[in-house]
Parts: sequence; C-alpha cells; structure tokens
Amino acid sequence: MADEIILLDFLPSIFGMRIRVALAEKGLKYEYREQDLWNKSPLLLEMNPVHKKIPVLIHNGKPICESTIIVQYIDEVWKDKSPLLPADPYERAQARFWADYIDKKLYDLGKKITLTKGEEQDTRKREFLEFLKLLEGELGDKPFFGGENFGFVDVSLVAFSSRFYAYESFGNFSIEAECPKLIAWTKRCMERESVSSSLLDPQKVHDFVAGMRRRYGVE
Amino acid sequence: MGEEVKLFRSWSSPFALRIVWALEIKGIEYEAVFEDLSNKSPLLLQYNPVHKKIPILVHNGRPIVESFVILEYIDETWKQAPLLPEDPYERAMARFWAKFCEDKVLISIWSAFIKQGKEQEEAMVAATENLKFLEKEMKGKKFFGGERIGYVDLTLGWLANLGSIFEEIVGLKIVDEEKFPLLYSWMQDFAEAPIIRDNWPPRDKMIVKFQALLDAAIASSSSSSSSSK
Repeated sequence: MADEIILLDFLPSIFGMRIRVALAEKGLKYEYREQDLWNKSPLLLEMNPVHKKIPVLIHNGKPICESTIIVQYIDEVWKDKSPLLPADPYERAQARFWADYIDKKLYDLGKKITLTKGEEQDTRKREFLEFLKLLEGELGDKPFFGGENFGFVDVSLVAFSSRFYAYESFGNFSIEAECPKLIAWTKRCMERESVSSSLLDPQKVHDFVAGMRRRYGVE
Repeated sequence: MGEEVKLFRSWSSPFALRIVWALEIKGIEYEAVFEDLSNKSPLLLQYNPVHKKIPILVHNGRPIVESFVILEYIDETWKQAPLLPEDPYERAMARFWAKFCEDKVLISIWSAFIKQGKEQEEAMVAATENLKFLEKEMKGKKFFGGERIGYVDLTLGWLANLGSIFEEIVGLKIVDEEKFPLLYSWMQDFAEAPIIRDNWPPRDKMIVKFQALLDAAIASSSSSSSSSK
C-alpha cells in the first residue's frame, strides 16, 4: 500500500521549506497544497487546531505539526534513506541543541531586521551577524553541520538562506562580507537538488517580505 | 566499566527537576552538583558556554544541555523505562504536546502569576484556552504517557507543584477542579507518584522565592509606570 503524503504549506515559509527539503532528501512523493494564511482552509484548521499554522504534514490521514517535529518524524519513518540525524546519541543531542537554538533565535532576529529602521535596525543587524558567526564557529571546517553528510541542522538552517537577499536588501548590508564561510555553506547546500528545488527564489521571497513591510506599515 | 553521570542543577529549577525525575525513573546513578545561579561556577560556564544555564547533564565528561535535548539523550542512551513511545507517530505527538506545554502553557501561566492588571487578565484567558487543549488530550488517561509517567508528564510536571504555590501566593486558581477535572486529578497523581513526591523542593523555600520574584516584578512595573508620566 502506497503512503499518502500531503503537505500543507506556504511557499515563502522557512519552516515549510524544511519539510520540502526533508521529503526531497528521502526521495518521497507527496502532494503539495499551498495555503492562504489570511483565509485559512477548513482542512488546515482541522489538521492543526491548536496552532492553526503551516507546515502540516498529513501522512495517511494523520497530521503532524511543528517543523522540527515533522523533520524528526520523516527521519524516523523513512530511516533507511539519507538519515538526517546521526546514529550516536551524543551527536544527536548536539544536532538537536543547534536546531533548537536556531529555532529560538534566527527567525526573530531576521524578521526584526526587515521590520525596523535606523539605530534599532543597526542593533538587529549586529545581533543577527553575531548569531551567524556563532554558527560559523560550529560549522568549522566541516562541509555540512552534519559533518560529511547533509543533516538535521543543515535542514533546519538552509531555508533561511532564501531570505538572506531580503535581509541584505532591507537592512542595507552584506552577509557574505561578515560570514563568508556560512555563505559558502549555503552555496554547497544549493548544489543539492533537494535544496534547490525546495527553496523559494530569493527575489520572490524579497517581494513577499516587501509586502509584509507594507502590511506592517514599515515602508 | 563505570559510567560517570553528573547533573548540574539548582535547588528550585523546574527544568533541572525534569532530569532528576528521568534519571531516577530509569534507576541511573548520578551525582547532583548544585549551582548557585547568582554565582555560576567556572565548570558550569565551561560546560554550557552558549546559554550559561542549568540543567547540564555530563555523561563520561561530555555535556548535554537544554532539558528537552537531555531527556531525549537519556531515553536513547538508557533504554529501560522508556519515556517516549516507540511508534514514530506517537513520538511526534509526545514531542508536539511537550513543546506546547513549554511554549504556550508555561509562558501563559507564568504571565498570569507574575503580571498585573490587563496583562494578567489576558494571560489568564490564554492559560485557560491552553489548558482546554491539554484537558482534551488527557482523554481519560492517567498520565499523558498512558499508564506510566512519560515525556509529556515530565515536561508539565512543574505545574503539579507550582500550581498550588502560585495559588497560595496570589489566590489564583489556575487549574480549577470543575473546569479541568482530568488535569486536576493528573496533578494529584503526578505529585504523589513515588519518585516525583520524593524530589519536590522544600515548599516553604519555594513560597519565599516566588513571593520575592512577584514583589520584584510589581515593584519594577509600578516604578516604570510612574516614571512614564
């Protein structure tokens, strides 16, 4: 019996992109359903009544919510191909630590750059770059955060790179100038079909963020 | 071969208590290292340079930090008395509810305790909404983990102790027995379960501590509102 996989998602969503990347890494076929976040569908509300958010993975009719939890689910169910978490419990703990830290910090740091101006924005840019430098330190000389293999932390982080052009444009700064190793890592990730086919084009992300700035009255 | 397991904790941290419970449920021998959080030891800072917090589990000299990460590490390393279910879907559900308890339930209940006025009212509304979801999730089980205490129970366990402490300090009934009968009885069952019951921090010390935190919060909010005039 074939698996039925449906992904409720929103193209510019960093969290949704994680799921697209994970599904592609595992070579899984699924039905993508774009959601209107300002007019939520009955299916979305039924499948995620607690948070009413995307992404939601529906596997044989059963919903799984929260992107990091979904990625772990995918990794555990389809464990024989392209494992995302390492086998060793200590290595797994390190991967979970960094994925959790990225979740706690990076989305808000980036969002604040796009929604502020002047001195406040300068502070946000500094904090953002500091965080990226911390991540660069963790990456070290490894090709991926997962070591030789593209892994859990890479999946958690890579989707943010689709938003870098927007951050740079609205923040008027260059991420590559401060964090060349991290940008080199994003380019390495983009060489993988699973990543290049899952991330939204940075120009489209930029235009989406521009729309959000207008909506929040930042422009 | 000896295993060396150390837990850096404080006397009152509910996050560290989760790890105490997990280690004891699994019958793992460990050494507790109590930290004074106003004067963190060099070892704490060395083991957790990023967050500089407890709990920290040190297993054979290697540190693991962040309570959820530590719980999963413990469950994967010591397989007896599993905390998470075996089925991937059930595991995903446990992780979902644990995250909900941490991100929503804890935050709203803490705000309902520490804030004043309109903010406090709004926090209470949010807390009630969140608790409704949990009440539904209990679905007649004794614990969130089923017959045995599991991952979600350990995550929410702080409520079984702090709920009545907050009530005593501010007179706020957070888990009303009539509105949330299943959660209410879960709190009793959890608080009195053998390992849990033996590890609660001293109640009188907790009341002093949280009263002081509340007093400080009230003082800073009234001074900031008067300075904004």
